[in-house]
This record gives sequence, structure tokens and C-alpha cells, in this order.
Amino acid sequence: MKKIISAFTALFSVLLVMAQANVYPAGPQINTTVITNATVHIGNGQVLDHASVEFKNGKITRVGAGIIPDQGANIIDATGKHVYPGLILSNTNLGLVEINSVRATIDYREIGDYNPNVRSLIAYDTDSKVINTLRSSGILLANIVPQGGILSGSSSVVQLDAWNWEDAAYKTDGGIHLNMPLMMNRPSRGFGGGGGPQQPPRDPVKEGLEEVSGMKSFLMEAKAYTENPSKEETNLKFEAVKGLFNKSQKLYVHANTVRQMLVALEFVKEFNVDMVIVGGSESWQITDLLKQNNVSVILSSPHSLPTSADDDVDQPYKTAAQLQKAGVLFVINDNDGQTRGRNLAYVAGTAAAYGLTKEEALQAITLNAAKVMGIDDKTGSLEVGKDANIIISEGDILDMRTSNITNAFIQGRDINLDDKQKQLNERYKKKYNQKPF
Amino acid sequence: MRRLKKIVCLTLLCCCIVVIHAQETFPVNGVADPRHGYYAFTDATIVKDAGTTLKNATLVIKDGRIVTVGTNISVPKGAVEINCSGKYIYPSFIDLYADYGTEVPEIAGGFRFGQPAQLESNSKGATGWNQAIKSEADAYKVFVADEKKAKPLRDAGFGTVLSHVRDGIARGTGTLVTLAEAKENLVILKDRASAHYSFNKGSSTQSYPSSLMGSIALLRQTFLDAQWYKNKPAKEGYNMSLEAWNKNLSLPQIFDASDKWNSLRADRIGDEFGVQYIIKAGANEYQRIKEMAGTKATFILPLNYPQAQDVEDPNDARFVSLGDLKHWEMAATIAGAFDKAGIPFCLTTADLKEVKTFWSNLRQAFTYGLSEDAALTALTKTPATILGVYDQVGSIETGKWANFLITSGPVFEEKSTLLQNWIQGKKYNIKEDGWQDPRGTYKLVLNTPGSPSNYTLDLQSNNAANVIGKDTVTSKFYFDGRQVRINFAPEREGEEIYRLSGINTNNTWTGVGEDTLGNTFTWTAVYEQAKKDTAQISGKKDNGTIGKVIYPFIPFGWEEGEAPKQETILIRNATIWTNEQDGVIENGDVLIKNGKLAGVGKNLSDASARIIDGTGKHVTAGIIDEHSHIAAASINEGGQSVTSEVRIADNLNPDDINIYRQLSGGVTTSHILHGSANVIGGQTQLIKLRWGGNDEDLKFKNWTGQIKFALGENVKRSSSSQGNNRYPDSRMGVNQVLIDAFTRAKQYEKEWKFFEANKSKKGILAPRRDLELDALVEILNDKRYITCHSYVQSEINAAMDVANKMGYKVNTFTHILEGYKVADKMKAHGANVSTFSDWWAYKMEVQDAIPYNAAIMHNVGLNVAINSDDAEMARRLNQEAAKIVKYGGVSEIEALKMVTLNPAKMLHVDDRVGSLKAGKDADVVVWSDHPLSIYAKSLYTIVDGAVYFDRDKDAEMQKIVDAERIRIIKKMNSQKRSGAPVQPAQPSYQVMHSCSDHAHNHGLLVVDAEEGY
Repeated sequence: MKKIISAFTALFSVLLVMAQANVYPAGPQINTTVITNATVHIGNGQVLDHASVEFKNGKITRVGAGIIPDQGANIIDATGKHVYPGLILSNTNLGLVEINSVRATIDYREIGDYNPNVRSLIAYDTDSKVINTLRSSGILLANIVPQGGILSGSSSVVQLDAWNWEDAAYKTDGGIHLNMPLMMNRPSRGFGGGGGPQQPPRDPVKEGLEEVSGMKSFLMEAKAYTENPSKEETNLKFEAVKGLFNKSQKLYVHANTVRQMLVALEFVKEFNVDMVIVGGSESWQITDLLKQNNVSVILSSPHSLPTSADDDVDQPYKTAAQLQKAGVLFVINDNDGQTRGRNLAYVAGTAAAYGLTKEEALQAITLNAAKVMGIDDKTGSLEVGKDANIIISEGDILDMRTSNITNAFIQGRDINLDDKQKQLNERYKKKYNQKPF
Repeated sequence: MRRLKKIVCLTLLCCCIVVIHAQETFPVNGVADPRHGYYAFTDATIVKDAGTTLKNATLVIKDGRIVTVGTNISVPKGAVEINCSGKYIYPSFIDLYADYGTEVPEIAGGFRFGQPAQLESNSKGATGWNQAIKSEADAYKVFVADEKKAKPLRDAGFGTVLSHVRDGIARGTGTLVTLAEAKENLVILKDRASAHYSFNKGSSTQSYPSSLMGSIALLRQTFLDAQWYKNKPAKEGYNMSLEAWNKNLSLPQIFDASDKWNSLRADRIGDEFGVQYIIKAGANEYQRIKEMAGTKATFILPLNYPQAQDVEDPNDARFVSLGDLKHWEMAATIAGAFDKAGIPFCLTTADLKEVKTFWSNLRQAFTYGLSEDAALTALTKTPATILGVYDQVGSIETGKWANFLITSGPVFEEKSTLLQNWIQGKKYNIKEDGWQDPRGTYKLVLNTPGSPSNYTLDLQSNNAANVIGKDTVTSKFYFDGRQVRINFAPEREGEEIYRLSGINTNNTWTGVGEDTLGNTFTWTAVYEQAKKDTAQISGKKDNGTIGKVIYPFIPFGWEEGEAPKQETILIRNATIWTNEQDGVIENGDVLIKNGKLAGVGKNLSDASARIIDGTGKHVTAGIIDEHSHIAAASINEGGQSVTSEVRIADNLNPDDINIYRQLSGGVTTSHILHGSANVIGGQTQLIKLRWGGNDEDLKFKNWTGQIKFALGENVKRSSSSQGNNRYPDSRMGVNQVLIDAFTRAKQYEKEWKFFEANKSKKGILAPRRDLELDALVEILNDKRYITCHSYVQSEINAAMDVANKMGYKVNTFTHILEGYKVADKMKAHGANVSTFSDWWAYKMEVQDAIPYNAAIMHNVGLNVAINSDDAEMARRLNQEAAKIVKYGGVSEIEALKMVTLNPAKMLHVDDRVGSLKAGKDADVVVWSDHPLSIYAKSLYTIVDGAVYFDRDKDAEMQKIVDAERIRIIKKMNSQKRSGAPVQPAQPSYQVMHSCSDHAHNHGLLVVDAEEGY
């Protein structure tokens, strides 16, 4: 029955309007819902077979085997299926850019080096066509990150079913983003060995460290400003980073090389901030230091080539397992510009193929991400009291061979999983008289 | 003022050229001073050439030339005798690639993808169409003698050099000159001595060519144009560049390749047109010495070794790749390798930062196997012979130019000194005070008031000498070869101090001195005996162990003889995905023999086979990537809208680590496409991932070529930041470019047919061969297939419309993300399609892309492939295929075919690859898991029956890579500590080529090829 309805809705939608204008954000949860007979992946490593998940008023109320649903509860029989916490995309420009090659659609970068005061949240476009494709892949929350300059601005976590950015806000301005200079020689090259006049020799490490000292001055002054009860005037930039000093905000440092990360660790010591390394492609080399300094890592794009030709051909796939082994809190991310983040689960799946257990890999895109973003009190795992951010998949979500999201709930709300791509699919299946499947 | 300066210069010049004949036509400002430079060098060891040494011989020169050379020759009357007892005389060296006498114009950089194009040449005059073809340039016309550059070359032993203007792809002619300090008129030995070429367009600002393969295509077309031009086609008018090109062909042809693969590329172009280039090498040719020998070329070898890098900081060392470390260690083996391989070569000072490092580098070459005879030949006879001037220079023979070196001992011996370099009969001192080694003991007699006092002077060096009398005392000593000053206290305790000053005449010093009281006296010192060399350096320096050449010369390369060989292999008891009627065979076997599949089925056996236990494993045909940009030195020739003449095959790059990485992902065949910068791009090349092979080895043999077309945003240059000035600028124009190209091709074909039918008749001339149109004619005759980059339905339709009207077919639509909208039309056209699984929204024209695309097209009945277009994703193509099951419900068997059999079909090689069937090529992958699963890894990737990737062996090779790194880094660090100069660490960046279609982040050390130009 349900299938028929959804097929009908899809068809209807095509006839009426294109481009998902008919996909409405869901209203608040009214009935208690119980997902039964499922393999429940809690998100913290635990797996329960033949178990149920109950949620009311947007919160998870019961999880486990042998739950008897309340009368009148909406029951979803998930026999043979897998239930997971909603996935979290932890570093993305979702909603800030629609088409990468069209400048008018790009809103992730502001002019100047120090922009801690710009806020990604207010530019987040809830009507981006990309959002619904991510929900179809099980991603229910995303950290929307500004880019560029030295301090790019603040990121906010949004839930992916909203009328506008205010509705979408899940954790507001939770992170300040800092870009560590590369501190590495870049090649000057061109076809045929030329390419303009010779550049004078540079010392990128020295130049980078000078930039870093500028960053530190900024933070020192911001800290003094924050601690001063009688300010003469308002400094918007300092105001924007206040939360770093009482750890209500995280400092996300975008860095890949060991040298960059070593410099970043100084910030932890000097300013006592909660730090997250974003990028971290070389983090496997200093896992112990990261652990000692309590620094977590977002692996931006593990589907990458190895840094050096000398590296293990599968090094980027193995980095997650090395961090896991060392006890570093880490998150797996997917920032691929061509697929726009939809393959998050498979990136984690690759890490599972190269050393993580499947549950560890899942945790890297759910609970670990929630912890890093400071939202693990309300999401990231299927635990009682947390928001009912839940997905149901026909099989192992980490493997594209079996992953197929059938239901998704954000704060208990039953999300419409239609998207522009599915609608176009229906439209052209109709053209060719192909049967719906 | 300016005039005055000129006069001064002239005067100076007049002074300099006294030995060399004064030019008869030049007026003399003063009194004539005719001289003949008549000298006899007696009692010398004369090395006439590497094979002929005369002892106690005499050399007589006059008027700049050698009059006689031999033993038992008496000094002619009128000649000045120079006694050369103990000295050696060699022919002065010849450098065919010295930086001398011409300016190197600034490199322009050329076409950038995002910037306006310069479509026409900026050259002035009746030149050809391309600014980089400068055949009309003659170095002798612009040659300017340059004493500042001549001196270091002379000091290094060179007497004659070949000078040309290093600019452009065809560089015109070089001129042979001596390094004499004289007016240009007198030093030019041969005006047009050589013709020069390169792949580098130099100062040309014209867009085309913007790639290596474009340079190659331009050379090829220019050869053809020049042949055609011989008949003076009226349409062409006067073409100075082609005129000169033809004229230059009779000269020795020198190609600046400066890289091992470029050497092969240059040689092949030469072979096509019956030209044997003399190849100017770079630094890495020792890495492929067999291939170098195969060119049959004579090489001009620079001795350019990289300086050690400062890798003490592990954070710096981290980014220096093993390939660069090994090259540092092995670069000095280059000359020895050529010597050992019997490849003729010259040596040059080219590419050195300073000429003076030539000798230290040469000495290093000796320690790595270069023989001294070979070095001498390479510096004298070979270059002279190449240029056809061995009758003038290159040995010491009667009648040749008096260009010779006088040395203190055998020229290449470490303790020998170059004393004088005579060029065109004029002496240039290299080390004036070296004629006689002053070191040794002297009898010192001071004619002090009263009686003379005797001492022994022990001269250690030019500023250290002891005086031995009652005591042995250290003197303050100064000697510059001529003047001497000695200041000493004859007795340690005494107050007396002598201050002596004198002049040296044939090792006898005479002078005056003064004592403490002011008494003056005369003194003499007579040479008694030479200093004994105490610690003789015995034998050659020990270089310690050095690594071996590996193939390719990057990590995971094979050592000589270790490359995978074809084996007989039996994979037993696996799940076999045949892609044939048998479907999936559970508990099946695959037998591989002689590079082919010998059997696929159950219960196979072969006693000689290596057994791979396939229990729990899956076996598939090797993955085939329809759209790849790996393993090529350039990908995009964006200089024009139609570049069907360029060929990826011309510039394959076997040194791409991504070949190995993709083997690890089960890929065995890749279709290397031209990029998408223009409507009609270049010819593609299918390769097999035969890691370790050379560029020819990579090629998929017996394959009908394809060509890349492109439509839409890229070809109309939407990303151009400064506006586009290259036609087309809209999809309307794209369409017209196609129509125009094929209209021209048809006309061209017609002209050729007419010619073929009528060529016996008088006055019928062959049309100009146009490689661009040749490729299009091939398309029209089904001899070349199109793979067309395309996205939106309007352009797809339009492309098929043109094809139908013009009478050709689009073989493959690649990318084709809106293919689902026109699948039925493509089916009717007979096209294949190759797409991405789930890409979208990275550019405007892919906003309607959907992951169901492949499934819809498959269901409509099209032959569908899933491709990578990305070096990283290519390693996971099996999983990309799996997404077509997820999005659209295609069966797993059909999905797997999308990365194996289906691309094989669209590449027209499905008779050999793409499925597991007896008789087909043994391109096989053994997977750890279900091949469409995220958990699947290739355990073995087999190409032509040879195991090119073996996951266990990979782990072993990784250990070798790590150990080699540690060893060489340690060596570099110890060099630094011992005081050797080091340069800052240079990260080993890898250039990544792409379509320029989408932005990928491939990591810290990858630079996009487009970034640079």
C-alpha cells in the first residue's frame, strides 16, 4: 500500500511541479512511533538484534528488545532492516553553494583574512536541491562551514528538514574556523619549464609562522577583551570568538601536515581551547600527540590519493583505523565536490574495509561527530532522551550494495525522502514507460 | 659619450686580436702590427686524440693553426720555443650546448585555460602561422662574443662551442664559434652549423600549442607542410619559416629533449620523417638506458646533478619522494651508463648553474664508471664529428685550428691542473702560476754584510714557507708566481729580522733584502728539489653503496629482471563472475596460461600451474576505465577549437604512480582521453596497466583509435575569468564548429581522391596533408571512433544531428549526465554511453544529473559504462558500479559489466578483454569479497597473465620503499653534516591531469596541470 502511495505521490509531484517544491518539511511528531524487529545500531558500538526503538514528542523513549508498543502507537515493522542514528556530515558547504562553477550561487567566503564574525547559518539555504539528496543517503544533520581567509567565520549545525535557517538551526555558531598556513614550498611550474620571471626564494615556513603569530595576537587580544568587564567599545570580531575561551565554542583548525598540526597544538596550550583538526590527512603520524592534547580530528576526505608516492597505496583508507587504535576522537567526513557529501556512509565503509569495525565506522559518522560538535547530549546515538534522529536502511548502510534508506526521522518527524533526482527519475521512467521498481 | 665608449671598446679589441689575423677589410687606427703567433711547444706529452699519445713531442703552430705535430721535429726558425717538459697537451674541448653568445628570451608561459587566447602569431614578417616555429632564425646573425661567459668555459678547457638561440620549437640554426677573445668575424668557424628543435614553445605567446602533444603535433605537421611547400604552392605565398625549415634539414639536427621520455618522443618524430636527431639529454636518461640505446642517437649529456636537500627535519623529508631521493643518489651515473651501454655521447656544460662545477661533476662521473678515454672522446672527437668539423677541431692534427690545452699531468687526473688553453693560436692562462710547481726546497743565500749566510727555504704553498738555518722558523711568505716576499727571523731567540723581496725567473729568485738595522743586501734562492707528495690518494674514491635503477623510477618500481612475468596460474574454488553466458560460477576455477585465459569453469587442472586458493574469494575480469587521464605528460591541447591532430599516444608517461595505485583497485585497462578544452580534441590512447613498462609497452596493441569530442560549458570556456575570445562562445557555435570541421574534411577527402585518381597526369600536385583533417576523414570512414564529452540533452541531440547529416556516428557519449533524457535517441543513433554513478551539481550543466541515469539508459537498451575521470575514484570503480544496483535496480551481473565488458564493447576490444572466457586476454582480478561490495579489495590484479599487483607483495615492497628512504635520507644528512652544500627540501609534487571539468582534491602534493598554464 505504502509503495503505491509513494509511487502515486511521486507521479503526482512530477505532473504538478518539478524540483521538489512539493516536498514539505514534516510537522512535529504527534503519535508515538515504534520501530520493531530491527537490527538496531546504537551508534556507540552496541548492536541489538530484533530490537525496537520507541520515540515520542521527538525524543527517544525506549530502546531494546521486548518492548511492547503503547496502544495507538504508530508501528513500523523493520524486520530484516537496520536502524541507525541519523548520519552527521561534519564539514560541508551545504546550502552555501548550489553550483560550484556559478559564482552567484557561492556564499561560503567573505573578503578579508579575519572574519570570525561572519555566520554560515544565516546564509544556509534550506531550499538547496542538494539537501534532499543527502537525506536520501541517511544524512540528517550537517555542520555548515564557511571557508577562506585566516578566520573564516562560525559554523552551525543544522538539521536537514526545515522551512528556513532559523528552523534548521541545531547548534548555533558552535565552531570558529581557522585555516593554518601550509608552511610548505609550492612548485612554480608551467608547460615547457617556463612560467614567467623567476620568483625570489621564499621561506614558506617562516612566512607561515608570521601569519600564525598574527593569529595568536588576535586570540590574545580577544581573550583580554573577553575578560575585561568594562569595555569602551564593541569589537565584533572579538565578540564572535568569546565562546572559545569558556569552551562553549570549538576551534576548528583546518590543517593537514604534521607541521601545521604541531603549530595548532600550541594553540591548545596557549589558549586552553577545545580544538578539532579538520583535514588531518597526515594525522596518522602523530596520533599520540593528538591523544595527549585531547584534540579530535575530522578526516575531511578519506577517499583521497595517498599524499606521497612512497605511501601505502591505501594510506588514506587506513588513517581512521590508526586514529581509532590510538584512542583519538575522530570523525569521518565526505567533502567530495562532485557528489556533494552523499557518500558519507561509504567513506566510512571504506574505513571499515581497512581496519575499523563496522560499528566503529558508524560511530565515526554519528556519535563521534556529535561529540566533536558538542551535540552528543541530544543526538549521535539511539539512546533514551536524545532527539529521535533515526534512519532505517534495508541493509548495512556502510555498503552501497545493501544501503537503501526507507525511512528517516528528524526530531521524531517523519521526513519525506523524495528529492529532485528521484522526481526526474520518475519523470523519465514515465517517458520510456519503464515500470517503477 | 656613447661614441667614445665605442672607440675605447674598439681599441681594446684591437689589442686583443693581435695574434689572430687582423681583418684585412678593417682599417687600422695606428701602425700595422702583423704577427703570426709562431710557436713551438717542445718536449711535451701530446695526446692527439683519445687513442694517440706522443711522448717527447713537439707541436708547432702558426697563424692560429697547427703546422706540425710529432716527435723529432726541430724548432723552426722564427718560432718561439716553449719548453713543455713534464706537460701534457690535449685538444681543447668542444661543447655543443654551452650557454654562449646568444640571449635566451623570456619564457612566455602560453595559454591559460581561464584567460583570453592568442590565436594568431605575433611574429613580424613573412613567417609561418605559428610563433614557435622559428626556423628562419640564424644564430650567426645575432651572435655576440661575450668574454664574461667565454672565460669560465675556457677555464674549464673548452675552446669551441655551438651557439644557438634557445627559443621555440623550431629554433633555426646554430653557429660554431671559438671562445677566443676576438671580434665575432674571426671566431665564427661555421655560420650554419646545426639546426635546433625542442618541445618547448619558449617566448611564443600564441595559444597553440599549449601541451606537449600539441608541440609534437606541430612538429609533425610542419614536416609535412615543409615537404608540400617545396612545390611552391601559390596559395601559401612566401613562407620564410618553411623555406628555412627545408634548408635547415641538411644540417645536423639537434633536439633539446632534456628528459628520458622526451628523448624517445623526439627520436620517434625523427624516425617518422627520416631524421636522426642528436639528442640533448636532461638528467634522468640513465633511468631508461635500454630505450636510450634504442634511439640510435648520439646524445649530448649535461652533468647536472641535483644538490642534496636539507632533509634533517622529518617534516621536510616527509614530502621528498623516493624517486627524487634516488635520483640525487644516482644522477652522477648518467655518463657512465651511456659509456657502458655503448651509446655515443658528447658532454656539455649546459644546465649547470655554474660552469665551474663541470669538473667536479665530471670527476664524480669517473667514480661512477665513466672511462677517461670516453670522456675525452665525448669532449673532442664526437662533437666535432657530429658537426662535420673534425677536419678543423677536435684533435691535434696538422692543419686544424690551434685549439689545445696544456696541463700539468694527464688531464683527468685529480691532481692535474689545466694551465693554459690556446684557442686559434692565442694563449689564455688558466692557472698562470701553475706552470711550475714552486713547492719544494730552495737554497737561499743572503749576501748580508760580512759573509753570505745560507739557509734552506721549504716552500709549502704560495703563502707558507719555512726557513731552515740554525733553527727552523716559519716565515711570513707571499708568492704569486712572479713576485716573492719573505719576512723571517733567522733565530728563534734573536732579534734579527730579515725582509726580502724578489722576482722569480725560471725557479731562481733574486732580489734585495733589509735587516733590522736597515742594511740592505742582495739575495738568491735556487730551486733544489720538489716537494714530496706525502699522502698519495690511491685509487678511486669509494662512493659507498648506491641503490639500483628501478622501473619505473618511482616507488614500487621493479628492479631489473623483477618485473612480473607471464605465469601459468590456476585460481581454484572461487566465485567466478564470467560476464558470459555461464553467469556467476560458484566454486569455479580459472586457468591462465601464456597470457591468455586457458579455461574458465569447474575442476580445471594444470600440473605446472601456480595455485591461488580462491576459497571465499571472487574473480572477475579486470576493470576497464573508459575515461581516464592518468599516465600522460599532457592531456589538454586547448590552443584551438579543433585539435584532432594531437595524440595522447605521443606523450604517455609510464612514471605515473597512479598506474600502480589503480592496479591495486583492480583496473587493468584505461582509456586515456584528451581533455575537454575544445570541441574536437585529440586522439585518445587505450593502455594496459603494465607497470614498469615503457610508453610503448603500455599501449593496448591492435586497437582502433578513438578521438575525444566535447560540448558545452568547457569548450565555450565558461570558466574563463577574463572573457572568451576563442570561437565558439555558445552551444550554437559548438554546433557550427562541428559542421565546419566535417565540411572541410569532406572537401579535403575529395581533393585527395581526385589527386589519387589523376596523379599520373602532368601538373597535378598533391594537396597539403592536414593531420587535423586526416583524423576527421578517418572518422567519416569508421576508422576512428568518437567519444564525446557531453552533458545536456540539447547538445547531445545536436551532436547526433550533425553526425547524421555528415554521415558519421558518435561511438560513445561520455559523462552524458542528462543521457537519461535522450536515451531513446542515442539508442537509435547507435551510441554507447559512459557516465558517472552519482555525480552532480558541480557545474551548471550537471544540475539535472541523477544517479538513476545509468539504470534508465541501461533499461532503454544502451550499452552503459561507468567511468572514473578521476585517479582516485578509478580505484573504486567496482563500487561505483554497485551504485547502479542501488540507484535503479540493475542486476549485480549487469552492474559489474558496466566497468568491464560494456566499456570493452565501446572500445571495440571485447573480443579480447572484459569477460572471462577461454582465449581472451588473462586480465583478471581476485577479490577478497563480493566485487560490488565496499569491503572488496583486489588481492591479485593480473594483466596478460602476469601478476602486476599482489597485496602481500605490495606489503613487502612497502618495506623496501621505507628502508630505501631511510638509507638515502641518512646519506643526505651525513653529507650536510660534513659540510656539503644543501638546498631547502623540495616537496615532490605530482602533476595531475584532468579534463579541467571538475575540482578534485587529491592531496597535498598534487598540483593540477592547469594551474601551471
